[in-house]
Amino acid sequence: MRVALQVTCINDALFPDTGKAMVTLLRRLGVDVEFPAGQTCCGQPMVNTGYLDEAVPALRSFVDAFGGYDAIVTPSGSCAGSARHQHQIVARRSGDAGLVAAVEKTAPRVFELTEFLVDQLGVTDVGASFPHAVTYHPTCHSLRMLGVGDRPRMLLEQVRGLRLVDLPAAEECCGFGGTFAMKNADTSIAMGSDKARHVRETGAEILVAGDNSCLMHIGGLLSRQRSGVRTMHLAEILASTEAAPPTVAPLSVEPVETRGLAL
Amino acid sequence: MTATFVGMPPFPTAARAALEDTQLRHNLAHATGTIRDKRARVVAEVEDWEDLRTAGAAIKDATLANLEQHLVQLEARLLEQGAVVHWARDAAEANRIVAGIAKSHAVDEVVKVKSMVTQEIGLNEALALEGIAAWETDLAELIVQLGDDLPSHILVPAIHRNRAEIRQIFLERMAAAGRPAPTDLTDDPAELASTARLHLREKFLRARMAVSGANFAVAETGTLVVVESEGNGRMCLTLPEVLVSVVGIEKVVPTFADLDVFLRLLPRSSTGERMNPYTSTWTGVTPGDGPQEVHVVLLDNGRTRALADEVGRQALRCIRCSACLNVCPVYERVGGHAYGSVYPGPIGAILNPLMHGVGEDAQTDSLPYASSLCGACYEVCPVKIDIPSVLVDLRAQVVDAHRGGVPPVTHLAEAVAMKGVAATFGSSRRLGFAERLVRLGTGVAQRLPVATPWTNARDVPKGPPESFRAWWKRTDGGRR
Repeated sequence: MRVALQVTCINDALFPDTGKAMVTLLRRLGVDVEFPAGQTCCGQPMVNTGYLDEAVPALRSFVDAFGGYDAIVTPSGSCAGSARHQHQIVARRSGDAGLVAAVEKTAPRVFELTEFLVDQLGVTDVGASFPHAVTYHPTCHSLRMLGVGDRPRMLLEQVRGLRLVDLPAAEECCGFGGTFAMKNADTSIAMGSDKARHVRETGAEILVAGDNSCLMHIGGLLSRQRSGVRTMHLAEILASTEAAPPTVAPLSVEPVETRGLAL
Repeated sequence: MTATFVGMPPFPTAARAALEDTQLRHNLAHATGTIRDKRARVVAEVEDWEDLRTAGAAIKDATLANLEQHLVQLEARLLEQGAVVHWARDAAEANRIVAGIAKSHAVDEVVKVKSMVTQEIGLNEALALEGIAAWETDLAELIVQLGDDLPSHILVPAIHRNRAEIRQIFLERMAAAGRPAPTDLTDDPAELASTARLHLREKFLRARMAVSGANFAVAETGTLVVVESEGNGRMCLTLPEVLVSVVGIEKVVPTFADLDVFLRLLPRSSTGERMNPYTSTWTGVTPGDGPQEVHVVLLDNGRTRALADEVGRQALRCIRCSACLNVCPVYERVGGHAYGSVYPGPIGAILNPLMHGVGEDAQTDSLPYASSLCGACYEVCPVKIDIPSVLVDLRAQVVDAHRGGVPPVTHLAEAVAMKGVAATFGSSRRLGFAERLVRLGTGVAQRLPVATPWTNARDVPKGPPESFRAWWKRTDGGRR
């Protein structure tokens, strides 16, 4: 089985440690994962903002890069959802029959990390060790678009030393929502503030989720509040072992000190 | 009522004001949380809930696919049963019809059953212009009307008010509308309800004409159905001599067997009850019993426009339960007024653009973006309206409506940026080059002495020393 890593554009540019953790984790489980260098973005930022024509170049890159693989694994419920539920909409609208046919092949082969581990590899104990108090936020697209259910929890429960604390109102959206975070920034922040409050209520040291975009938003709030809670992608926790623990501190977010005018 | 949604600003502006209203935030969080939990409990009791949802969606889809046939059948049965049937293309036509009926009976007041469609067409305001007072008899609608306010929820239009505010409204405004509230009125809910009861009872006994909507219209028998909690609706439907019902054309269901599915789906989704207290049905005129003159106004007002939308037509399945409002994290924080319509929340964010069309005004165009696309609405919808997918499709319609010309100022930067992003994502080489600027970009964002929509509340992640693709290339995927 040829397996490709769809690292996602946001992880590629801002959170490469998540991509590296995916490689470490999958290799440890015997999967020789490849990184097709032609990949760019799944196109979701354009599609969800209404720019469907503008998503076509990204979609072409996607099918060109991943066309030859049996499985495409991604550390993002949102990007997996985009590939499985939106790519065909973009392809059909483009009027390119070749693109439609290519998407027919790639879309069903895209798996979010926990789906791939539990359903395709059949593992829940990935041999990880992470001795910290952790709370888990189920991101909306993994929860409701893909239906990953309790797969992330099954995986986290097998991690040595990890103490999993329940997050209140866990299934409520954090308010990121892609360009929603900018177009409706006030509402987005109001939602995120409540999510951050629930995270702090748990007393956990780390907030974990399967999407770095949501974590960038919640983490940005937690950092601004000097909350002492750090966000980490699930892949980084699952990749962690006693011999090779991840760097937990300092916070990955650099606080901003000066503020003048408000735009 | 002089309050109006006309001229409301686009959603982000209206939402910002709402978010600062601490009373509103508190009232909404409490009320939506309570109804949400009640709904979840009673839905969990029904083993075949998913099958029921599927059945509800299928019945509506099949009916909408042959809408003309079902409407013609409905009209024929209504006529056989002694009702008068009117067809209205838009709000103005419907309002003229209702006002005309009122004038033909020389009435200067009507009592009203809670109905969304008469809010949609602005019937009360239209009747007021003709010198006819329209009294809302649903408790929450009464609170909204007396308070010169706007409804902010489909089911609970005064959800943004707490009982202290309601006491104040009753004390200050009831006298001008009829029987006054007692001067020693407290904010005890039972006392508030009994004050409303006495105030309304006078109106029920006096009124010669009532106006209603309908939750359903059964084509095979010509039966209209109103589902409610208080019984005030039934007062209106039975006491006056003349009854006029304004009914959206999507309300038709073919048979009584079909109705059964919706009467099981609606109360649990709506009020979180196993069954609603009052279900009133009437079939034209029953001699010697109830209103002896029965009118039905079948209304389009944008529904056929929505029906023509391949993706969006599923919104016409909506049975106005408001479950989507109660679970929506956006609605919970901003309330209903920010949506600028009697249909707020997730369903309003699709229904308004579908019925009005996009590309015309900034307020309507802002609605499809008033969502984080979390999907909670789709999960609870009793007729399985895929609201997130319709929202995304409508966003594309908004963008497409501005293609080919100069985009409005609010979209200009975005439109240009999206073109740039499209080019960048078209090639991994260009993306790799752009990524080398990321560290620079985040560094600038961190040190910029101005707050952007992102940074005014959220810190920016620190750009990594190299991108993943640069790392993979440099180390051969970590092998060297």
